[in-house]
Amino acid sequence: MAKAQKLVQWEPHNIKEQLLEKYPPKVARKRAGQIMINEALSNTTPEIVANVRTIPGIITMRGCTYAGCKGVIMGPASDIVNLVHGPVGCSFYAWLTRRNQTDAKNDTNSNYIPYAMTTDMQDSDVIFGGEKKLAAAIQEAYDLFHPKAIAIFATCPVGLIGDDIHAVAKRMKDQFGDCNVFAFSCEGYKGVSQSAGHHIANNQVFTHVVGKSETEKIEKYKINLLGEYNIGGDGFEIDRILEKCGIKNISTFSGNATYDKFASANQADLSCVMCHRSINYVADMLETKYGIPWIKVNFIGAEATAKSLRKIATYFGEQELIDRVEAVIAEEMPEVQVALQEVYPRTKGKTAMIFVGGSRAHHYQELFNEMGIKTLSAGYEFGHRDDYEGRHVIPTLKVDADSRNIEEIEVEADPLLYRPRKTVEELAALAGEGLTFKDYEGLNPNMDKDTLIIDDLNQYEAEKLVELLKPDLFCAGIKEKYSIQKLGVPMKQLHSYDSGGPYAGFKGAINFYHEIDRLVNSRVWSYMKAPWQENPELSATYVWE
Amino acid sequence: MLLRHTPKEITERSALMINPAKTCQPIGAMYAALGIKGCLPHSHGSQGCCAYHRSTLTRHYKEPISAATSSFTEGASVFGGQANLLQAIDNIFTVYEPDVIAVHTTCLSETIGDDLPQIFDKAMKEKKVPAGKTLIGAQTPSYVGSHVTGFSNMVKAMAALAKPSGKKNGKINIIPGWVEPSDMEEIKKIAAMIGVSINMFPDTSGVLNGPLTGEYKMFPDAGASIDDIKDSGNSIGTLALGEWCSADAARLLDTKCKVPCSILDMPFGLKATDRFVDALRTVAGTSVPDEVMMERGKLVDMISDMHQYFYGKKVALVGDPDQVIAMTEFLVSIDMCPIHIVTGTPGKRFEERINEITKDMGQKVNVRAKGDMFLLHQWIKNEPVDLIIGNSYCKYIARDEDLPYVRWGFPILDRQGHQHFPTVGYMGGLRLLEKILGVLLDRKDRDDPESKFELVL
Repeated sequence: MAKAQKLVQWEPHNIKEQLLEKYPPKVARKRAGQIMINEALSNTTPEIVANVRTIPGIITMRGCTYAGCKGVIMGPASDIVNLVHGPVGCSFYAWLTRRNQTDAKNDTNSNYIPYAMTTDMQDSDVIFGGEKKLAAAIQEAYDLFHPKAIAIFATCPVGLIGDDIHAVAKRMKDQFGDCNVFAFSCEGYKGVSQSAGHHIANNQVFTHVVGKSETEKIEKYKINLLGEYNIGGDGFEIDRILEKCGIKNISTFSGNATYDKFASANQADLSCVMCHRSINYVADMLETKYGIPWIKVNFIGAEATAKSLRKIATYFGEQELIDRVEAVIAEEMPEVQVALQEVYPRTKGKTAMIFVGGSRAHHYQELFNEMGIKTLSAGYEFGHRDDYEGRHVIPTLKVDADSRNIEEIEVEADPLLYRPRKTVEELAALAGEGLTFKDYEGLNPNMDKDTLIIDDLNQYEAEKLVELLKPDLFCAGIKEKYSIQKLGVPMKQLHSYDSGGPYAGFKGAINFYHEIDRLVNSRVWSYMKAPWQENPELSATYVWE
Repeated sequence: MLLRHTPKEITERSALMINPAKTCQPIGAMYAALGIKGCLPHSHGSQGCCAYHRSTLTRHYKEPISAATSSFTEGASVFGGQANLLQAIDNIFTVYEPDVIAVHTTCLSETIGDDLPQIFDKAMKEKKVPAGKTLIGAQTPSYVGSHVTGFSNMVKAMAALAKPSGKKNGKINIIPGWVEPSDMEEIKKIAAMIGVSINMFPDTSGVLNGPLTGEYKMFPDAGASIDDIKDSGNSIGTLALGEWCSADAARLLDTKCKVPCSILDMPFGLKATDRFVDALRTVAGTSVPDEVMMERGKLVDMISDMHQYFYGKKVALVGDPDQVIAMTEFLVSIDMCPIHIVTGTPGKRFEERINEITKDMGQKVNVRAKGDMFLLHQWIKNEPVDLIIGNSYCKYIARDEDLPYVRWGFPILDRQGHQHFPTVGYMGGLRLLEKILGVLLDRKDRDDPESKFELVL
């Protein structure tokens, strides 16, 4: 491989200085708090600045609250009509552009995912108000599709002109009688990133949908899988494994979701949290209101998958399930090992950087570790301090103006539906067996000393990091893809997986090993220079055969 | 079926748009600004707008799209975005060092009434704009027009920079409209063959179809330079390609700098390319060289060779008005029958032009400006077609209705090559014909019974 010579030795403080040196002083001060050199101390971790405003003019990776609400959380639900109230663009850009897959096969199932619906707000609506048009659009959607539910999303101008979307939704719901209509105040300017949108979406689903199912779920070992979005079919692979183990996933938030699955979430006996960032508060609320305990799981990585399955089995505590889980792991692992052994000699010793999410900048390190790839630097696009430092910092988080305007809902035990799944003693006993509830230790403790943990990485810093540390692989999103690849470094999208996946579970791990092997060992990276650029001497004479 | 809820029966909708055939203004402004040399587009609104536009443009062009945002928060939305934009201008010139920042507004900053000229003025006074650097601004409210309008508004803002010196430069301005970088390259090539000295803006060729060399340049050495754009006020005339994309800028140069203009169709297909070439040779006072005649002849030859497969075939077509008008004419000129035609962009003239072009076709034509792809699909269900042409979203209709399908327009998210292979001009016409014939005959080969399956077609 014609790689530029590797910078083998680097000093993290020096790198940090170089990342900051070009910034105006105010920007440098702010970014200094968001760029952390990991100390990897056993019990404490240095404080990182996260979930703060993006700096105007600094090319960020982040999107907006609407993107988090409509795009991420509600987008994957197939039988809910998503109607975007605003100018056409917001609806257009969120139309089929995330790779959340849906299994709505056979035409009797409703599937509105291929439809983008919008009120296409015009200037007259902005001037005179858009409530009438919204009501008319809801009526037209109802008449055309007769869906179970219609979700309304606010875009920036809607909040500014003061359209009361919740009142319109309530009125239409009462009028229809057989269609739940609810709205999301997810204007793009709220909060500081997509994270606020996840929160707004989840709160409304919790308020308007959860607990409303009329079908009783009677299976054994019922769980919710929270924060799994079925990108590239991840959720399908996880469900395949769970099913094989005899575990019933009754509600995924929100990959391959349906209205009834959301509505049934209160019937699960355990909530398993994948993406901590986008959903941990829902897990808390499910516990408070319905008595469902929650644990953190991770199905990214074969070992992590096995570990997560064992945690679920331990929770239910029945030997039948524990044995079944072990049998499934024993059955699935050999194929994983074969694939790993095949790629390992070619991936071992490579280096990576991961800047996505949420949680994936953490979860994917599992897979990279399995392949012998070291993560030099990582960070979240929209994480909070607890995603970095662990949940123990939550009580100390400062609520700033941007967080304050994102509604927090207070829940209490449901008078009818609250049913503690385990007694206090049982939970304590499980804790004794090593099963920790309501816990997430965050990204930082998992990263080596002197690695760089960077929140809300921007284009300038990304380019600089690649230039200075020359990783073998960079992971981020579509906006970052080609500027990194122009530098001759392969880039893997870990939001949308490019066109690949699934990468979760056992089969996903195999897919990922092959994909990363393909990327870091592709011949294309050796073609950057033409032969005459590598040997530019003009005096060379051509040797005829 | 993917679009299983689309009924055949058409009911009028007054408020609900389903499956839009347009998007919002700012993305057009961002694309246009990328055709200025050394320019960083800037979105004055929430950061989500910028993220969505960058993502969509990146997926279409498969190239880095750099653009910055004012990252409005709730506070900025209440108190105005001036502080954010001033800070952004300062940061951008310090960190990324572009020659130009091209700011466009959004529904958010327009609704609260931010005034770009006033903010620019303040930025200049506060010395946030280094010497020799330029700020351009375009108002692009998302709730008016479409992405095409936004493109046009940014191009008009470029034309507003023109400064007549009193001395003509002997050049012809060409405003190419929202076409691919490959198309812009082809337009320059055609002008060069005819021997016309041109000044083209915007010009994304070399910016959005760049090479992979191991080096990343945020500002590639390509695009229309600010000096050239300013010099457009000294040109002897302007050819604006496309009424929707380019006419406003051309007319501004006319009124402001007395540079006369002609508004032509975008040169897709034989006849529109003929008119473009004819205009070029007339303004240049030259004759059309043999090499151009050779290209034209090849296209005519191919139309004749393929005619048996095209004749009478019904087509559904969706896209942006300038492109769709030219494509409709091309399809009619090869004796195909475009019968369902939709654009999402408003403009009364669109339906008039389509009706005029198709009036002798002998088929009833459904045409709608401000339409959507849900309606197009319903039309197809009521009167089936042999071919659908449009952007990547058409693949859902094509699959459900089992239609041969040619991807053409914006955005194309699932195929590659459009950034490198032009569809304008005579050579572009050849490529369009090749694509159309390919999908029609692939279908024939798939569907023919064994007894009718033939080697030679």
